[in-house]
Amino acid sequence: MSQILKMVAQRFALGFLTLFVVSLIIFLGIELLPGDIAEEILGQSATPETVAAFRTELGLDVPAHIRYFDWLWGMLNGDMGRSLANKREISELIGLRFGNTLFLAVTAAAISVPLALTLGVLAALYRHSFYDRAVNVVTLSSISFPEFFVAYILIFLLSVTFPIFPSIANISDATPFWEKVYKVLLPALTLTLVVVAHMMRMTRAAIINLLASPYIEMANLKGLSRARVIVKHALPNALAPIINVVVINLAYLIVGVVVVEVVFVYPGLGQLMVDSVSKRDLPVVQASAMIFAGTYVLLNLLADILSILTNPRLLHPR
Amino acid sequence: MKSNNKFTSPLNADVSRRGFLGGTAALGVTAASSSALMGKKAYAAKKGGHLRAGIAHGSTTDSLDPATWENGYTLSLDYTLFNHIGEVDHTGAVQPELAESWEASPDARTWSFKLRKDVEFHNGKTLEASDIIASIEYHMGEDTKSAAKSLLAQVKSMKADGKNEVVIELEAGNADFPYVISDYHIAIKPSKDGKIDPMSGIGTGPYVLENYEPGVRMTATKNKNYFKSDRGHFDSVELITIIDLAARQNALTTGEIDMMDRADLKTVHLLKRQKGVNVMETVGYKHYTMPMRTDTAPFDNNELRLALKHSVDREELVKKILRGHGVVGNDHPISPTNQYHAEGLAQRMYDPDKAKFHFKKAGLDGTTIQLSAADAAFPGAVDAAVLYKEHAAKAGIDIEVVREPNDGYWSNVWMKKGWCACYWGGRPTEDWMFTTAYAAGADWNDTFWKHDRFNELLLAARAELDSDKRRTMYYEMQEIVSNDGGVVVPMFANYVFAASDKILPSEQMAGNWELDGCKFAERWSFA
Amino acid sequence: MNAALKLLASAPWSAKFGIVVILGYSIVAIFAPVLTSYGETEIVGAEFEPWGGDFILGTDSLGRDMVTRLIYGARNTIGIAFLTTGLAFALGSVMGFLAAAISGWVDQLLSRIVDVLMAIPALIFGLLVLTIVGTSIVNMVLVIAVLESTRVFRLARAVAMGIVVMDYVEASRLRGEGLWYIMSREVLPNALPPLVAEFGLRFCFVFLFISALSFLGLGIQPPTADWGSMVRDNATLMTFGDITPLVPAAAIALLTVAVNFVVDWFLHKASGLKE
Repeated sequence: MSQILKMVAQRFALGFLTLFVVSLIIFLGIELLPGDIAEEILGQSATPETVAAFRTELGLDVPAHIRYFDWLWGMLNGDMGRSLANKREISELIGLRFGNTLFLAVTAAAISVPLALTLGVLAALYRHSFYDRAVNVVTLSSISFPEFFVAYILIFLLSVTFPIFPSIANISDATPFWEKVYKVLLPALTLTLVVVAHMMRMTRAAIINLLASPYIEMANLKGLSRARVIVKHALPNALAPIINVVVINLAYLIVGVVVVEVVFVYPGLGQLMVDSVSKRDLPVVQASAMIFAGTYVLLNLLADILSILTNPRLLHPR
Repeated sequence: MKSNNKFTSPLNADVSRRGFLGGTAALGVTAASSSALMGKKAYAAKKGGHLRAGIAHGSTTDSLDPATWENGYTLSLDYTLFNHIGEVDHTGAVQPELAESWEASPDARTWSFKLRKDVEFHNGKTLEASDIIASIEYHMGEDTKSAAKSLLAQVKSMKADGKNEVVIELEAGNADFPYVISDYHIAIKPSKDGKIDPMSGIGTGPYVLENYEPGVRMTATKNKNYFKSDRGHFDSVELITIIDLAARQNALTTGEIDMMDRADLKTVHLLKRQKGVNVMETVGYKHYTMPMRTDTAPFDNNELRLALKHSVDREELVKKILRGHGVVGNDHPISPTNQYHAEGLAQRMYDPDKAKFHFKKAGLDGTTIQLSAADAAFPGAVDAAVLYKEHAAKAGIDIEVVREPNDGYWSNVWMKKGWCACYWGGRPTEDWMFTTAYAAGADWNDTFWKHDRFNELLLAARAELDSDKRRTMYYEMQEIVSNDGGVVVPMFANYVFAASDKILPSEQMAGNWELDGCKFAERWSFA
Repeated sequence: MNAALKLLASAPWSAKFGIVVILGYSIVAIFAPVLTSYGETEIVGAEFEPWGGDFILGTDSLGRDMVTRLIYGARNTIGIAFLTTGLAFALGSVMGFLAAAISGWVDQLLSRIVDVLMAIPALIFGLLVLTIVGTSIVNMVLVIAVLESTRVFRLARAVAMGIVVMDYVEASRLRGEGLWYIMSREVLPNALPPLVAEFGLRFCFVFLFISALSFLGLGIQPPTADWGSMVRDNATLMTFGDITPLVPAAAIALLTVAVNFVVDWFLHKASGLKE
């Protein structure tokens, strides 16, 4: 156990280092982008004087490195600062959006992870059967459709032709819980179709990979049923790669859903970040990047801990 | 706004003529169910209901600060919560709104605005001259970032004459000043110690701000003390940002929203067939342009400019890019809806031979001309550029379409690259449009064009009160821009938007902006 | 050659199907100009002409022939996606093998760089970099290849870690073989199966990444025909029940399925399972 604690501590230290470097890269990136927030917000109506006045008002006339260290100091003291564009507290702005993003991710994960694992185990069990092939073709087709297109098809089927779900996930923090669940079902379903194939194929492959191992042959020779061999003997040992791919997909559900947010008009963090990048609202971009990067670091850590916990050999090293 | 017929401007004749011309502006409802609206039943707005409008703009970086308003969402928010000194009506004429009436001195240099006495802000404060002055001053001065700054540069001084009159003196006469001072940026907010709070949502408008989440939605409830008793019919209004086109149309057809702006021109014929949907269209001032930098080679050569102007098939652009929802342009920015649109000016046609002739004269044989475009300029801009390339090829002119990123288009491409795609929302008056983008040295003179005769006429026409003389001058100016200017104006685009048939729009809609001049929340109701 | 044919003949129907589809696509991509009489961006008729007649699948919103656009789309889409995926694998696996074979500070450095790159949301990173350097096809291929190579790196490193501790690698080290020999002769052949398995899906993800970039206006730029933009341009038709955008989407799906069938077969052969 102490070994895990040590690893966690080490990974946290590395995680902070990663966050620091990410913040530097994002900062430099935004600085390198042509145009700044004053020009982007004033848009076509920007004139040299108004832009200059706007810059002074926002404090953009201060040298870049000083602005960065100001930001860093604030961040270390738990102050994310305010949005340059509309002076809103970033913690409040992002808190709301991140809550929404997590809500959608959890809903999508609650559908897709059990589904993918079940489909994967069944595909391994009945490998090379018609079922195996059919599941393969369907899931592969669904991931090869661009996300927005999957969304349009689902909207056409489930809200235009058969009006079961609303076509936009228009929620606010005042929306009651179950209504929220109902409204995000369609985006969650879209995301499910997008991620399920990857997880399902990895589950199938990881299990099949073990089937040639001597202990599986042994189990087969003992006359155990195929289902029992796979679920009781193969699956536990295949968990590590499966957990890994599940975690990658969970991270995707949180970090990579901008397009689905746009199509379903869902007020999540991705949309906020894209908006802020295009308007060069640096503090908001930084804060969102920190949250995304932090999520990624934590999920990775979780995957490693789970892999160790599911593998006695790693848990009790010689 | 029937109470304002006392309107005592020396420009009365102008305004009524504008009214006559502009009457064709609103094409009104074009869907099948429109007969219900046009029937004999008297037009009767129903009170109450919750209006949900899907708007194609809106970003998380928007705010309530009027200095930065620039998109269709902030405009709608503006007209839902705030009022202005005047408002543009369905004929294209400016009518007093917070003002009761206005008067100009004979040289059009001094304007006095009499204010209404019965107007209350959402916080209970009564409207006074000081609020008007503070709201205007916010956009003036050295350190303002406001987009209306250059517009107000002509204001020399402002003073209150009692609590209910504002007198504004201009640097030079401007017969169109009531239009200028009613610009959407100049929303009237309550002042405290001579300053307004730009971030506050308190106005005098038909609805009171309840909650605003930039880039997501705004909700507002009826202003019970609204000074226009016959306007603002809904109980509450919700403006939802829906940027994705398909999402917006789906939301309308599935009843998630009651109305939307920016219908997809590619599929508008399919949208019209949907049950319970009205598609509407207004002709405005919006035009798509392709400005060339006349201060840099090769576009400093007018022969090349003429060659390019002759080498585009405008009819096809209107047909393919606008799907017929617009009219061809004549290489000047004055819309057919504008008062002094030069009808007599011959329409420039697609003529590869003439283009070849001018191109040869320019001595640029064999050179490739680059045209920068991105859909940020206008929807279909890249397609339009590709079509342009195909058309020009027939005249032996080789155009290379440079696709630019949408992100940062206005800061990196527009007014930077030699020739690019661009759009103008247009202006309700000739002077405003020309002053903004064609006067020598103007901030947004995107062709960097200088023409002495043109600039002379501009000043003369601005202070001229005789409308016949103005017309002659504006006609000549349009001709000069068309034949010498650096801009290709292939088309004027209509505003195409849609609402559910449960919504009763105005009988005649204003065309100054989309959605009845963005005043739908005030002017429309449930049927 | 004979052995290869024999191997092919022994393949299951799914793999044969996959190979036929991939070959078909390649032929279409390579011989695009011969297969159609219209130019890639040539406007040949009125917009939205119906199916049949001169234009088998009608014309698009500008009046360009759909079949022609599809054929050139194959060339651009497959070409760019394969090139990008290939680069990503080359870069990712070389770095991954290096990290595993040298270990120590090289491994630490590379792993930390990859951590950082992966911690930034890929779409945002692409958006940033492409806006800075401009959206040419070369830039796009390079940026996506670098981003995707981080995923390949993690896999390659993990697999190679298991291989470099094997006795046969130890033996060749003692023989005094160089780093390059160990990587190419010892590590690569043994690490190939999981990498190939990953290739099948990565190829598809690269493709999706490009189309997501198009959604944000940064992907392959018109008038170049590519299937992602063709889906995007006509996607609103879908909401009215018009199936035109399904055609390019189905073209993508078919290719993905085909590639993965072949990959599955290869994996099956490599796993040594006899069933």
